[in-house]
Amino acid sequence: MHDHTHPNQPDEEDGPFTEYRLLEVALRELLIEKDVITQAELHKTYRMMDDRGPHNGARMVAKAWSDPAYLDLMRRDATAAAKSIGLEPTWLNLIALENTDAVHNVVVCTLCSCYPWPLLGLPPDWYKSRAYRSDVVQNPRKVLAEFGTTLPETVEVRVHDSSADMRYLVVPKRPERTEGWSEEQLAELVTRDSMIGVVPALAKEDL
Amino acid sequence: MTDPMLSVGDKVRIRDAYPIGHCRTPFYTRGLTGEIERYCGRFANPEELAYRRDGQPAVPLYRVRLPMQKIWPDYTGAPLDTLEVEIFEHWLEPED
Repeated sequence: MHDHTHPNQPDEEDGPFTEYRLLEVALRELLIEKDVITQAELHKTYRMMDDRGPHNGARMVAKAWSDPAYLDLMRRDATAAAKSIGLEPTWLNLIALENTDAVHNVVVCTLCSCYPWPLLGLPPDWYKSRAYRSDVVQNPRKVLAEFGTTLPETVEVRVHDSSADMRYLVVPKRPERTEGWSEEQLAELVTRDSMIGVVPALAKEDL
Repeated sequence: MTDPMLSVGDKVRIRDAYPIGHCRTPFYTRGLTGEIERYCGRFANPEELAYRRDGQPAVPLYRVRLPMQKIWPDYTGAPLDTLEVEIFEHWLEPED
């Protein structure tokens, strides 16, 4: 029950501009005024940044599940595989890690928070936490279990420490009873966390 | 530019060194022996980039596979569990 009123949430304009906000506006307007960059170029960059997200990685995984030639390309050169479907992770040196009945891959960056931004978007907070970064290299099965993923001893758990210039995309196992599904349908099953390797892809029943 | 010194399958030791300054060799891997999983190409040296130099000449980068039980003697997971980590060539020594 509510017997009191809350103050209105202030709008962004109600406070003064921060120094960095002022700096950004001044610099942007000056760069455009001096013809260093155009408004159109700026908007293209905004679009590119907004388009980063797990839907890109999911497209690659769904295609790899559907098309053996594409899976083969992902195994040999995952950066080329991304480019071949119109994704442009220009700065990305990508390695695809395929989960199988024998191997389960999971990715971490112990030194900071390296992550394939164009394909997965911004990393979740837990990925950047010291707890995840230190625990998953020491006790990966315990960490996976905390995510609800329990693996038999016969499956090799392979932890990938993204310590330098490579970035990683886990290709989870294709869920059962999805024969005949389109790539678009399959992509719905591929979550961000499944491409980091802490959970499997969604099951048909989860949709 | 010289060819990369190591090939897939080579047994290597990660240098047990503690130089001052920035580097990309995690502490927990230093002094351990493993096997080259793949050669990744040449990349600007992060130990130079960190101080705003250009990092040239680029340094060969490899991925090294280490058995978990070698990293953590009290490892409680399965014996076949492994870890793969990116290590620059000047941090690797051939292991005989």
